[in-house]
Amino acid sequence: MKEFKILAPTAILGYGFPVESFKKGMDKSPDLIAVDAGSVDPGPYYLGAGKSFTDRTAVKRDLRFMLKAAKKQNIPVSIGSAGGAGGKEHLDWNVEIIEEILAEEKLDLKVVVINSQLDKSYLVDKLEKNDIVPLFPAKEINAEIIKESTNIVGQMGVEPFIKAIDMGADVIVAGRAYDPAVFAAHPIKLGYDSGLAMHMGKILECASIAASPGSGRDAMLGTLGEDYFILEPMNDQRSCTTDSVAAHSLYEKTNPFLLPGPGGTLNLKETTYQQLDDRRVKVKGSRFEPADEYTIKLEGAASVGKRTISIAGTRDPIMIKQIDDIIKEVELQVKDNFQDGNYEYTLNFHVYGKNGVMGALEPNLTPTSHELGLVIDVVAQTKEVADTICSFTRSTMLHYGYENRKATAGNLAFPYSPSDIYAGDVYQFTIQHLLKNIDPENLFDTRRLQDYKKGVE
Amino acid sequence: MSKINITELTTVIRSKNAGPYELTFDLIFKSEDIFEYVVKNNYITEELIAELYNIDKSKVISVVPYSPSKAIKATIVRPIAAGDIGETDVYGAQQHGPLLNIEIPWKGRDIS
Repeated sequence: MKEFKILAPTAILGYGFPVESFKKGMDKSPDLIAVDAGSVDPGPYYLGAGKSFTDRTAVKRDLRFMLKAAKKQNIPVSIGSAGGAGGKEHLDWNVEIIEEILAEEKLDLKVVVINSQLDKSYLVDKLEKNDIVPLFPAKEINAEIIKESTNIVGQMGVEPFIKAIDMGADVIVAGRAYDPAVFAAHPIKLGYDSGLAMHMGKILECASIAASPGSGRDAMLGTLGEDYFILEPMNDQRSCTTDSVAAHSLYEKTNPFLLPGPGGTLNLKETTYQQLDDRRVKVKGSRFEPADEYTIKLEGAASVGKRTISIAGTRDPIMIKQIDDIIKEVELQVKDNFQDGNYEYTLNFHVYGKNGVMGALEPNLTPTSHELGLVIDVVAQTKEVADTICSFTRSTMLHYGYENRKATAGNLAFPYSPSDIYAGDVYQFTIQHLLKNIDPENLFDTRRLQDYKKGVE
Repeated sequence: MSKINITELTTVIRSKNAGPYELTFDLIFKSEDIFEYVVKNNYITEELIAELYNIDKSKVISVVPYSPSKAIKATIVRPIAAGDIGETDVYGAQQHGPLLNIEIPWKGRDIS
């Protein structure tokens, strides 16, 4: 069986890569360039708001290299989780960047677009049929939550990619996708072992993070054979070691042996890692176990309001000693002042130097710092209410007469004027569920670029 | 038996989100010997994780040794979902601090 080589230029489209590493990868005559373009890790805002967490100019820079090189060597390009979160708006944004590059570089490439945003009425219907179940520890949802969520995406497996390959795609740009699927679909279509293809994809999706020293913005080459795959970083400064590669299997996962994904589980119990030379590692024994029932993961987010914050510091030891009591008292005064206003808001204090980083999980409850950083964080249904509560909290705290106070000119040091900053929309994750009883190939709308319509209905 | 701090025995101690509702901790040990010693004596347990983070044991999802990486992985339920109102660490990448305090019973073993 001829080896199948995949070049992963970068861990996230838009994170960049050294041109030298990319060229070295192309010199190895890869059969595919693939890239993961997203994640839910930056939080619910990006999925909910339909915005990318990557920069447009940076994404275009990376894609220009990839599309030009792919055309020159006549190999396909595969992009998954387009636009960061893979919603329709994210996909449109990424498609538009591709269109610009194709026009600017006069590239004639067949592009197939796969939309992963799912229709809400379809999902409500599925919920009623008990085909949507929580993925622990997410909670049960109802039709209301589906309707209120702005964007709901399904995490596709290899099937829609294979359909796109069959449609003759030179370039596949997919919405939310299981990270390894972007890499594994082409070789699986050619008959390579899906366990090895998926495991190789799982490592390549982070590009050179699995090397030592690791980096998300550097290229990695994966070479897939009949019963093995080999990993090699494209930057001479980096090496793959059995330690660096095996350690990567742990990353961001609940269980290092069993990695559940669309349609089955990647089983790494029998996986072995072998050092081939000082820079390459050979992996064997990874298995894909199809599930009895094909499921995919749904992700959704909904708006919860508008945020206004104020950032301040305190350097008074008498105040620092009583900071918890002062915060409690200020909260009460704010509540009292607006008790007739029927305002709905959430007021939080982030106290840096105390428990600003770990919050409820912080075991060390006594601050030892000579100064504390404070963020007054207000989320309300409207900007006006968020502004009002933040402003009033800030001024109340600034002049609050705590016990034994000596410094009567003001309790807070502000780095900015204006001191209050409107931070815009706030979203939360609403859906992290499994969708059952589906046709994995046809659930996602898959079209040639000329038939693809931008915009959200 | 005297004790040794976990940072002397590990190359990596990190925390990260595993999806929006879970936090996962990786402890990667310096050698197979050390890894096996810690695992065999069951020094890193669900009880220990619960105690370090002052959470109920039911919030500890798993503690799993993973020999290919000489690693022990622990996963807990996030106190709130990633990015919810009140969030302090969206990526969950700075929740490892309490793990750095773990002391492992140790007597005359070579650390290399």
